[in-house]
Amino acid sequence: MFAADSRLTLQIQQAAFDPGATLNAFQAAHPGVGAVVSFTGIVRDEGATLTALEIEHYAAMTGPAISAIAEQAIGRWQLAGALVIHRYGRLLPGETIMMVATAAKHRAGAFASADFLMDYLKSRAPFWKKAFSAGGSEWVSAKAEDEAALHRWSDLP
Amino acid sequence: MTMIEILYFAWLREKIGLPGERVETSAQTVMQLIQELSSRDDVYALAFADPGSLRVALDQELAEFTSPLSGVREVAFFPPMTGG
Repeated sequence: MFAADSRLTLQIQQAAFDPGATLNAFQAAHPGVGAVVSFTGIVRDEGATLTALEIEHYAAMTGPAISAIAEQAIGRWQLAGALVIHRYGRLLPGETIMMVATAAKHRAGAFASADFLMDYLKSRAPFWKKAFSAGGSEWVSAKAEDEAALHRWSDLP
Repeated sequence: MTMIEILYFAWLREKIGLPGERVETSAQTVMQLIQELSSRDDVYALAFADPGSLRVALDQELAEFTSPLSGVREVAFFPPMTGG
């Protein structure tokens, strides 16, 4: 959608999607690779207390910010392809929020790049979550460990 | 004086009560803009009371509070992001 790099598939959408079908299509689109890794993020029910999660985003920045992160991953691990789908709007417990997939020659690159993408999407993609429960609503605050997780990527070759 | 578009997200948007606004400003840096807004109304002073809990993007790119505003058209303020 916003991707300048043809190896990147990026979708930011309100609509639900089918992670299984998406993964199969992603694999089919990248013949010749030896490894595909995927991650699917799901709305937790927080012990059945959460009634909904509302995701807000900065529409003009989301695409460019995710593209920049994904292009780093593609270059660093020589990926044949990367996929990022992230939803916004009101989601219910059990719904899929987002998905990341990477296609590489070997599993090490596919795993590491998917991990890298998730770490950066958590703290550098302009999304904000508000959790609704019977008692009211609360903005989900960023965790210090999420920010700290970014540092490990600069220590590695 | 230049016109810039300011955007607010998440709890900052709720505290200020607006998703965004156009303002005429002579601020040279992000910090000066925050000071200018804060002196305008208590609502801003309260919302920006702890800049360390906020992030800023200039023309859709993450920036610092010391970043200059020259040539910038859109300034966005928001809490740390919670994607994924």
